[in-house]
Amino acid sequence: MSDEIISPRIYFKNFGALIVLLLLTIGAAYLDLGPLNFVLAMLISLTKTALIALFFMHIRWGGKMLHLAAGAGLLWLGILLALTLGDYISRGWLPVAQH
Amino acid sequence: MKLQPQSYLAEHTVRSWLLTHDHKRIGILYLLTIIVFFAIASVAAALMRIELVTPQGDLVTSETYNKLFTIHGVLMVWFFLIPSIPAVLGNFILPMMLGARDVAFPRLNLLSWYIFIAGGVLALWSLIHGGVDTGWTFYTPYSSTYSNSHVISMAAGVFVAGFSSIITGMNFMVTVHKMRAPGLRWFRLPLLVWSLYATSLIMVLATPVLAITLALMSVERVWGVGIFDPKIGGDPVLFQHLFWFYSHPAVYIMILPGMGVVSELITCFSRRRIFGYGYVAAASMAIAVLGFVVWGHHMFVAGQSVYSGMMFSILSYMVSIPSAIKVFNWTATLHKGSISFATPMLYALGFIGLFTIGGLTGLFLAALAVDVHVTDTYFVVAHFHYIMVGGMVMAFMGGLHYWWPKITGRMYPEFAGKLAAMITFIGFNLTFFPQFILGYLGMPRRYHAYPPEFQFFHILSTAGASILGVGYLLPFLYFLWSLKWGRVASGNPWEATGLEWQTPSPPPTHNFEKTPVVTREPYAYDAVTGKEEPQEGLMQQTSAV
Ligand SMILES: [Cu+2]
Repeated sequence: MSDEIISPRIYFKNFGALIVLLLLTIGAAYLDLGPLNFVLAMLISLTKTALIALFFMHIRWGGKMLHLAAGAGLLWLGILLALTLGDYISRGWLPVAQH
Repeated sequence: MKLQPQSYLAEHTVRSWLLTHDHKRIGILYLLTIIVFFAIASVAAALMRIELVTPQGDLVTSETYNKLFTIHGVLMVWFFLIPSIPAVLGNFILPMMLGARDVAFPRLNLLSWYIFIAGGVLALWSLIHGGVDTGWTFYTPYSSTYSNSHVISMAAGVFVAGFSSIITGMNFMVTVHKMRAPGLRWFRLPLLVWSLYATSLIMVLATPVLAITLALMSVERVWGVGIFDPKIGGDPVLFQHLFWFYSHPAVYIMILPGMGVVSELITCFSRRRIFGYGYVAAASMAIAVLGFVVWGHHMFVAGQSVYSGMMFSILSYMVSIPSAIKVFNWTATLHKGSISFATPMLYALGFIGLFTIGGLTGLFLAALAVDVHVTDTYFVVAHFHYIMVGGMVMAFMGGLHYWWPKITGRMYPEFAGKLAAMITFIGFNLTFFPQFILGYLGMPRRYHAYPPEFQFFHILSTAGASILGVGYLLPFLYFLWSLKWGRVASGNPWEATGLEWQTPSPPPTHNFEKTPVVTREPYAYDAVTGKEEPQEGLMQQTSAV
């Protein structure tokens, strides 16, 4: 685990960045970009998640084992999303299912 | 004469129990708690079986019947099976098997029990205030929109209890990584440790998904946010995806530790090294991982795409391979062993047979076409009871008998033990085998009334349940009896090899007088005599006792 002391400045900078991203989210909701709205919102929220995980949760300073644990969490989330979306995407493939 | 260190049971105050950090005492706290939940859930099952003696719904209304199977399912799954081997036997045995003084985070361990109690209180509150009628699966949109019962408080109970299992899982993982005795390399770990490690992995990775799923269901129920209800833009199958992403692996939370216990019992009572140690250990990990990619087999007829169904069907077949490896390796371990039929061994042999039947009928259900015929019938009910009761509960009972002398310092009465194991085996089969036939003939699950042609099999099943009840009551009684009148147990009554047997029974608070050094593989039973092979460093410790 991290032995070094992390200066509070990093947390404040991080907090600032999160607030900026929050404002961006709100702003983006007022733009009409069609399907890109969703993509943009997702990109912003992924950035927020990454900031929180890396800095607030100290994963950036963690050892190999911590990285492995965090990576496993991501991989498992990937399994959930991939196999669930696999169902939704392939539902229309069978002619019968289209009524 | 050297002064013996105090046994962990020496202190008697309530305070010393409720504030304990000792993994052994916490294991016992869990044991007492899950016995209560098991009893309540069993009463619910008994009422259902009595109702089903006659084809008419004459004992309870259909609404009460719905509440009975819900309470049975919720309590048995989350408040008995999930914590049974990990939180009771795992807590007690795991640190000792590692040669450690305690788990890595003893305070967190106690906290997990309190969280479990909080979840249990919420569940009991829901039960007392009228119960829940959704089934343990909480399927939407019924649970989120139409049910008038206490869905939220019950879901909250499960949600809260989930955190106790996450904490326990995390604690076990860190303990296995960090607390192993000198010389105890990964491939010297007893197989129960491997299976508890695999179980912990599932607990940590799957349980949060259950929590968020139940939370989303509650959000829809309270605020009408459209997530699962198609009327307001949701998708009910999404709930099933999320729910089974947890609940299929949860089956492995229940069965993997059982498999670990059986590996301990089979080796000890046939005086043999396990056949193919590496394969059995790797199979636990393979089950933990593959168990996460099969959940769609619960949704073959739920509107899931056929292509997805095919994928999940193939993957479900694959997960049977590591399970089969274990069964074959246990059987090969028995080959040419000097087998003795002590009570724990009877349970272990029962486990192998019943788990095999449960596993093979799982393959029927994983076949797309057959599943259309038997979905939501008693065939499914029989299948998963063969895994959960025939598998997990048999293993739990076997393990409880095996470590009872270590836990209490007393032997249970052997004859009564064997009798109870036989009664359980017979009662179990009589209860659940007829349900395979019932289901195949078309009897759907979760109905309190049925066409008269099914009555014969229902009566068989209810008769079996009463025998099974005796099989559970008997150990309860003689375990209590043994606390006072049982023969005093030595440190290692089974002449077994695990580190937990190299310390007095009951063990001192910190388990070992001196940290053991491990110099050999597990299950070092001599190939010719079946005796335990001596291990340097440990022998002088045992002789000092
Ligand atoms: Cu399943």
